[in-house]
Amino acid sequence: MRETGNYQPYSYFQLMEVSLRELLVAKGLITEEQVSREVQAMRGRTPERGARVVARAWVDPEFKRRLLANGSAACEELGLELPALKLVAVENTAKVHNVIVCTLCSCYPRMLLGIPPHWYKSRNYRSRTVREPRAVLSEFGLDLSQEIKIRVHDSTADMRYLVLPMRPAGTEGWSEAKLASIVSRDCMIGVATPKALPAPTAP
Amino acid sequence: MVEARFQPGDRVTVRNTAPLGHIRTPFYIRGHSGTIERLCGRFPNPEELAQMRDGLPALPLYRVRFLQREVWPDYRGSADDVLEVEIFQHWLE
Amino acid sequence: MGGLPAGPVERGEHDEARSYADWERRVDAMAVLMAAHHITVDERRRHIEQLPPEAYDRMSYYERWIVSLTQAMIQRGVITTDELGRKMEEVRKRG
Repeated sequence: MRETGNYQPYSYFQLMEVSLRELLVAKGLITEEQVSREVQAMRGRTPERGARVVARAWVDPEFKRRLLANGSAACEELGLELPALKLVAVENTAKVHNVIVCTLCSCYPRMLLGIPPHWYKSRNYRSRTVREPRAVLSEFGLDLSQEIKIRVHDSTADMRYLVLPMRPAGTEGWSEAKLASIVSRDCMIGVATPKALPAPTAP
Repeated sequence: MVEARFQPGDRVTVRNTAPLGHIRTPFYIRGHSGTIERLCGRFPNPEELAQMRDGLPALPLYRVRFLQREVWPDYRGSADDVLEVEIFQHWLE
Repeated sequence: MGGLPAGPVERGEHDEARSYADWERRVDAMAVLMAAHHITVDERRRHIEQLPPEAYDRMSYYERWIVSLTQAMIQRGVITTDELGRKMEEVRKRG
């Protein structure tokens, strides 16, 4: 599978990827088709999946209760296939703000939100969020008063985390789809909060 | 099944040791004390999985809550700010 | 590395998932597929942790992961160093 576009020689690591893949295929451990299918499946996992979960929790208090009790089971109720994901949903309130980090590597609820952003994997985010979350959030444009307690979750082992942001004022009567459209990936990591300004294409 | 020694609300301390191999207990939390927030379940030991062994029997994994001001001497946020970390039972006492 | 001093979090324009190259997505895909062959994420993480510090800093995220996955395959005897070397030579020549 050669890259399309302008010719550039393979980097050492790209060479390694091609080579490993061809060897694994030759040995019958994987097929090229499986690789393509998995790449497609991963492309299909976008933050919109998580946003649907948040929107449902906003309109349905019983669903929210179940989500907070067992994150994975609640997501599966919405038809989201989440193999092996053990999800903990944590709720933002007027008094509590949650933010997620993985200091050890870059654990992230990929099955729900897709590939993590580059900054989530950066040395700077991983080092500082546990120690000075307010400064990091401030850099993201989120300044929280001292009245609000910050819970930082370091995703060190088997659990994965979803922040359930607060539903902003001004969204009364909105459809679930419209609510989901204002829930960005960053809101579900905890470095942003949703605003009642839907994307132009939302119903 | 490995018995879960702790319950939510219990006060625990993270063992302060630094062996070799793959470890999922962050350095910064070793030696600190916190409270059990929940038992997450039992999972194969990642230290063993990393060495191509099966990591069984599965070990209790907890979320432990720490006060930020107790973890970082120079912490300047709210006195109520917390840090919650998943820690395997064998790292807790 | 939690709690170590570090700089501001940079969020470049190329923040979106679509900025990942095809080869990088295939690294993720292969890691997922190899999990069915018991190559755990824990094992791959150990290989990352065993990278020399300078190498870790010099390499990008997916460069680290392809090295880690390949090291795991070699350690398990799924492929040999020689097989890998010959294949890399072959691929480089054909371009």
